[in-house]
Amino acid sequence: MFRDLTLPALAAALAGLLALGVVLPSWLVFLLTVAFAKGLVVLGVVVMMRAGLVSFGQGLYFGLGAYTAGLVTNFLGVTDAVALVALGGAVSAVMGFALGFFMARYREIFFAMLSLALSMILYGILVRSSTLGSTDGFNLPSPTYLGLVAEGVVGRRVLYGLTVAVTIGVAMALHRFVRSPAGVMGEAILTNEIRVEYLGTSVTRVLHITYVLGAVVAGLGGALVALTAGHIDPDVAYWTTSGEFVFVAILSVIRHVAAPLLGMVVFETIRTFAFQYLPYTWQMVVGIAMLAVILFLPSGLWSLFARARQLGGGA
Amino acid sequence: MQKFYVILVDGTIYFSWLFIVSIGLTLIYGVMKILNIAHGSFYALGAYTAASAVGAYFAGNYPAAGSFLVLILAGVAVGGVIGFLIERGLLRAMYGRDEIVLVLVTYAVFLVFEDLIKLVWGVDPYFAYQPYALLGRVGIGGIGFAVYDLCLLALAILLGIFAWWALNRTRQGKLLLVVIHDREISTAMGINVSRMFTATFVIGAMLGALGGALTAPGISVVPGIGVDVIVLAFAVSVIGGLGSIAGAAIGALIVGLARASAVHLLPEVELFVIYAVMAVVLAFRPQGLFGRAVARKI
Repeated sequence: MFRDLTLPALAAALAGLLALGVVLPSWLVFLLTVAFAKGLVVLGVVVMMRAGLVSFGQGLYFGLGAYTAGLVTNFLGVTDAVALVALGGAVSAVMGFALGFFMARYREIFFAMLSLALSMILYGILVRSSTLGSTDGFNLPSPTYLGLVAEGVVGRRVLYGLTVAVTIGVAMALHRFVRSPAGVMGEAILTNEIRVEYLGTSVTRVLHITYVLGAVVAGLGGALVALTAGHIDPDVAYWTTSGEFVFVAILSVIRHVAAPLLGMVVFETIRTFAFQYLPYTWQMVVGIAMLAVILFLPSGLWSLFARARQLGGGA
Repeated sequence: MQKFYVILVDGTIYFSWLFIVSIGLTLIYGVMKILNIAHGSFYALGAYTAASAVGAYFAGNYPAAGSFLVLILAGVAVGGVIGFLIERGLLRAMYGRDEIVLVLVTYAVFLVFEDLIKLVWGVDPYFAYQPYALLGRVGIGGIGFAVYDLCLLALAILLGIFAWWALNRTRQGKLLLVVIHDREISTAMGINVSRMFTATFVIGAMLGALGGALTAPGISVVPGIGVDVIVLAFAVSVIGGLGSIAGAAIGALIVGLARASAVHLLPEVELFVIYAVMAVVLAFRPQGLFGRAVARKI
């Protein structure tokens, strides 16, 4: 029996990452901020995947979080980053709760397609709203942090700190969740749904909870990315964005709670460098990298670590 | 009344396009259970190849009527070759992996082709308007329509009838239906499933490329035309019930009419009316209109 050291390890990682945020060059801080914020979304996708829900439309909540942050800061004048991120998560939570009644009835490819359709509806609305800048989107002013003003490079580093804190906090919470009764039931549902019903648990309720969790986390991630980039456009809700999340989730495999974060850092790094050095063929580079991982690392990036030290117990 | 008529005709034209574009996708899903995102690449490849071929054809001063044949042959040829290479070279190694992994494989293929197409054809638009202009326009009921669009409709209907005939009235088609029904038993009965898969993927790719080729004369062929087609074809196939040819036809008709109505009555919702229809259909029939409900394992 191993003692579960994941939570202390995550806490240590948080301290380490915060320290790194002070010394790393500014561009790397930016890359890591985006990677962790998107990794947050992937964490949600992975938790949903454990219960058998593969969402090809997580861009819906990602976009919702991003646009909530953008609209609130531009039209209501709220500039506090913490409040904006919390609001992004809250709006996604409400939407996820409402749609969850509907979505929890679907499985497998139908769930995937329906979530895709919902995210494309949001995309269509955003593209059509000329007040929201249509396909161009709009800019966000740089946020404040609990009353403190931090701009330029300092602002970047502070936002990085906030993102890392939120991400690791969520990772800890989700790590606890997958060991909670609802989390464990999720895995049982994936194995055999009808037996879970026989045992007296409401499958729909467990899936609903899981779905809302995925939505909240995606909303938080969307708000963080919007603040980091300082700009949002409807592409946040497009299906290719959602496809990336699923890809990184598959790539990192459901082995460890830190795997999706690592996966996203790798993915963003590949993309950033491909975009920088091969601006005309960066999609090809990303595609080939995807194929290479699927072909040669069938159990995901994390297997490189797992192979080194065979740990028992899943996730 | 006039408006109603226009909606009907526009919707029907849009239907024929949607059906031609989606039939390959639904065929591949029906047989192989692969949700093929690379279908968008086949469409784009078909459009580019056809545009180049038609351009070259007209530069050579051949009789103009032959351009239709060039258009179709160019699309089918490029789809067949690329489809064969992808199935044999890549997908073959992936069978047996999770359905979602296969979706991601085709997504990766799609990304690769997006840039490959730009490398080959550049980023400037291509035009192959000649076949479209050649047929001229015709007035029906006081409204002018491009004859080319009406031909597309005829072609879509022919394609549908042909697909039905090929599946239900030929030996190979019947064998394919058996494979769709139960892959393992059909292997045991001596059907060469692996060859069936190759054939299906090649035909599906041909149909996707043909869709692009037939669309090319009516649009300007630019980078990124494949990306929207994918989700449209998904929506059509899902509404009809994934894997059902009749379903794809009904799905295309519903989507076509819904979009034409939106364009003429409520332009603001045009972009997402299709997905709204899809959500509504799935709300009432989770497996799509023509999909079979699958027994749940206990």
